[in-house]
Amino acid sequence: MGQVSMSNARSYDLAEFPPPSGREEVWRFAPRAALKPLLEDAPSDGRLRWETTLSEDVTLTQITSEQARERAASAPVDRISALAAKHADGARLLDIQADASHPEPIVLDLVGVGREPVTWGQVLIDVGAGAKATVVLRFSGAAQYAGNLSVVVGDNASLELVSVQNWSDDSVHAGHFATRIGRDARLRSVLVTLGGEAVRLVQTVDYDGPGGDADIRGLFFADAGQRFEHRSFVDHSQPHCRSNVVFKGALQGERARSVWVGDVLIRANAVGTQTYEINRNLLLDDGPRADSVPNLEILTGDVAGAGHASATGRFDEEQVFYLRSRGISEEEARRLVVLGFFADVLDGIDVPMIRAEVMRAVEAELGYRREVQ
Amino acid sequence: MTELKIHELHVEVESDGGPKEILRGVNLTVVSGQTHAIMGPNGSGKSTLAYALAGHPAYRITGGSVTMDGEDVLDMSVDERARAGLFLAMQYPVEVPGVSVSNFLRTSVTAVRGEAPPLRSWLKEMRSAMADLNVDSSFAERSVNEGFSGGERKRHEILQMGLLNPKFAVLDETDSGLDVDALKVVSEGVNRVRAGGEVGVVLITHTTRLLRQIPVEFVHVMWQGRIVAEGGPELADEIEANGYEQFIGAGVAG
Ligand SMILES: Nc1ncnc2c1ncn2[C@@H]1O[C@H](COP(=O)(O)OP(=O)(O)O)[C@@H](O)[C@H]1O
Ligand SMILES: [Mg+2]
Repeated sequence: MGQVSMSNARSYDLAEFPPPSGREEVWRFAPRAALKPLLEDAPSDGRLRWETTLSEDVTLTQITSEQARERAASAPVDRISALAAKHADGARLLDIQADASHPEPIVLDLVGVGREPVTWGQVLIDVGAGAKATVVLRFSGAAQYAGNLSVVVGDNASLELVSVQNWSDDSVHAGHFATRIGRDARLRSVLVTLGGEAVRLVQTVDYDGPGGDADIRGLFFADAGQRFEHRSFVDHSQPHCRSNVVFKGALQGERARSVWVGDVLIRANAVGTQTYEINRNLLLDDGPRADSVPNLEILTGDVAGAGHASATGRFDEEQVFYLRSRGISEEEARRLVVLGFFADVLDGIDVPMIRAEVMRAVEAELGYRREVQ
Repeated sequence: MTELKIHELHVEVESDGGPKEILRGVNLTVVSGQTHAIMGPNGSGKSTLAYALAGHPAYRITGGSVTMDGEDVLDMSVDERARAGLFLAMQYPVEVPGVSVSNFLRTSVTAVRGEAPPLRSWLKEMRSAMADLNVDSSFAERSVNEGFSGGERKRHEILQMGLLNPKFAVLDETDSGLDVDALKVVSEGVNRVRAGGEVGVVLITHTTRLLRQIPVEFVHVMWQGRIVAEGGPELADEIEANGYEQFIGAGVAG
């Protein structure tokens, strides 16, 4: 059982986060060459294009940087997120009123319009007490984007959130995905990272009261040359909360590279905590490399359950043989095995349209062409 | 009428000490409608024959031929063999996490029949096939073979045999791990397919238990990678009474 590796420093003060040398624990896996422009303290007027049609009861507003600070789930965790907070020129706020219920998913499309100039951005999602909503973010296009996504789930509220990173092959995306969960509130987040030269997302989970429930999932598919890094830090600072972290990755091709670091800290007062985290990576050929580091640090004697698991393995040809021995073509068999591998993350995507979209994207990564029926 | 002809089949596997010959010239001809048993002690090469017929990549064919009505089976890929009508019920069916039984069965049936069955009639067909094998309907939503008991795995194999309706089925130790009731259910499942009169069946087993439920016309005894004795059902009775000792050594070179 290791100590959590993420620094607990959370701050808007850039001085807290000097440019990394690469020796720091939190940067040692990072694709620093690709991230370089996002580590430089320079303003930019680059913006993503928002392509969103919202129903009338949903309000999307522009707020100032000061307002964003007051409402954000957490202060920045690293240099990139501190720079994004500094240079983003305010934030977009999706405000979901207390006790509101949104059975239809709210879909926000954020499109990169080019690598230059660098884009700093902030998005806040605030789910009022007792409200219930499903939000989907889809990132696409070309960009070098440093973005903070903040999610506050009020007391007794429930949010399903899916964020799909499907950038062009030359894009870079890094940032802080900050989540804060109220008393007896529930969050399910699913990060789906499919496209981009380098994507590095740091997710923090904080609790505001007892009874919070965090279901944190992620799926990524890294191709030749792609570098994806996902870090999650669940800070159990309240009693009787739950966290379940599931990240699944598939990798194929030369220099496909992934990193998953899952930190869970159970503080002394967080009695009755229940937590489990798991990362599994599937290597589809000899080219890729996946690093997987679970860290669980327990500072109380009274936990309801705590565990972690991590495994990286080669594609199981016995599974393909079994399916093929039933007449299923090799291509279709591989598709079934890979989608099956991702099933427990895909099942967490409540929106059928988005789930189907992600499945099609995974099929496309495999080079699978669906036959027209 | 269709004929599955195995002629002088030699098969080797990769082992620590280099390639190792397991099958050393197997001859067997099965005609549609017939039921054969291959018996033999553990390690004699029965599963190797089954896997080699199905085309498992670990088993390299170094000599001989396998044909189905003159067509070269060894030239076909694993899935082509299945679509041509060859079915192997495996001794150790493989878990495929995250792929539901219903999705698997439908994909497989679509591949073998060459077209997707209409959804409504398919659901009816699948449910009734499952009911025939005393399989709970919740089975359809479970991942293929994952967490299945030994008996459930074997039932699942025979469920597939029924739905895929092969020309030739090789059932590898389908009786192992089954209690008396499950053995009866599974045997009835096999017998239902046999009742069509079209399928040629090869039962692989090292005990006579299954042969009391599924009548066979031909019994072949395998030992050290060869068929060393052949006969009718009486051969199974002899094995039951006296074991394999009488055959061991017979016909074995070296
Ligand atoms: N994949 C394999 N790799 C190495 N040795 C194998 C493999 N499969 C079978 N064998 C060996 O071949 C021999 C026959 O095995 P098998 O065909 O499983 O026998 P049976 O089914 O009659 O019990 C055994 O000595 C076994 O260890
Ligand atoms: Mg065997």
